[in-house]
Amino acid sequence: MKPRQKRIVFAVIAVIAIGIAAKLIIASIDKGSSYFYSPKKVLAGEAPKDQVFRIGGLVKVGSMHRLGKTLTVEFIITDNVSAEVTTHYTGILPDLFKEGQGVVAKGRLGDDGIFKAEEVLAKHDEKYLAPEVKDALEEAHNEATNKKENTQ
Amino acid sequence: MIPFFGWLTAILAIGGLYWGFFETPDTLSDQKQYYRIIYIHVGAAWMSMWLYIMMAAWALAGLVFQTRLSFMIASAIAPTGAIATFLALWTGAFWGKTSWGTWWDWDPRMTSELILLFLYMGYMALQSAIDDPRRADRAAALLALVGLVCVPIIFWSINCPNPNECAALHQTSKPGGGNMDPNILIAMLVVALAFWMYAFVAILMRVRNIILERERHTTWVNELNKLLEENK
Repeated sequence: MKPRQKRIVFAVIAVIAIGIAAKLIIASIDKGSSYFYSPKKVLAGEAPKDQVFRIGGLVKVGSMHRLGKTLTVEFIITDNVSAEVTTHYTGILPDLFKEGQGVVAKGRLGDDGIFKAEEVLAKHDEKYLAPEVKDALEEAHNEATNKKENTQ
Repeated sequence: MIPFFGWLTAILAIGGLYWGFFETPDTLSDQKQYYRIIYIHVGAAWMSMWLYIMMAAWALAGLVFQTRLSFMIASAIAPTGAIATFLALWTGAFWGKTSWGTWWDWDPRMTSELILLFLYMGYMALQSAIDDPRRADRAAALLALVGLVCVPIIFWSINCPNPNECAALHQTSKPGGGNMDPNILIAMLVVALAFWMYAFVAILMRVRNIILERERHTTWVNELNKLLEENK
């Protein structure tokens, strides 16, 4: 082979190797060390004990209240299916924090099964829509699903 | 070419930002005014990844065909790419503080974007650390190529097929922007295009300087110099 052909072969191999490496890294991110644990995984005992970790889910609607006259807030982080983790947090909550909204909390799981959060972050959704538009879309969606149910 | 892209940059940037600030809703279903940083944040983040791909492609072309100009273009892209990466991280910090409640967290996308910034800086540092330009070009090109692995990771860090598996602070983004107000989408795309045109201007200007610097001992540069002197 001429040197130039050799270099072209080298380039092709390099690009393929980079692709495989990227694929492997992505696969390991997907499976292994998650950025946060779901409430289900926490209840199953998959989260590290006596160690700080993150838990991610939705704030259960109607679950948020203050504990007496303290600054501590109690709310339930849920996966909207079955798993629920009661969480305590003392501090300022982010602007977007709301019931029904996505949340990521960092802290430790106590022996009493209550998650003591040191930091609470709010997530926002990918719907960049004005509130009226979103409401209208959801209404249309609900109507459509109702119609389907009626015809069935 | 440079003035043409320069004017395009100005028109697109002004138009896109005007549209973004005055023709779009003031508040979203969950976010308030601060969501408008999206126009700069997303464009900068796209450019940071796209410019890295371009830089690695020119570096690869240089390694394979041993053309000096390819290396010069690759090294001209690096500073612009680094600026775009920095801008994406910086605007993201402001957005993160107001919406999530933190300037920075080790979310997969933020972490991989930070690594991209280090790759750009490493490329520039390596290039300038070696005195012999030919060796510097080859060493830096190899670094750029290996670092290319970072770009798909940034992309897939929130676009993975199973949304429950890729846990991130970033919201998922669906291609096509079906969940986006069309006005917001238009403004975002126009500003992203402006970033692209700006990249052309900056890179073309930089590559011109690099060529003149590296070829300063050749006759054509000297003749150009003389011509400029005479015209003064």
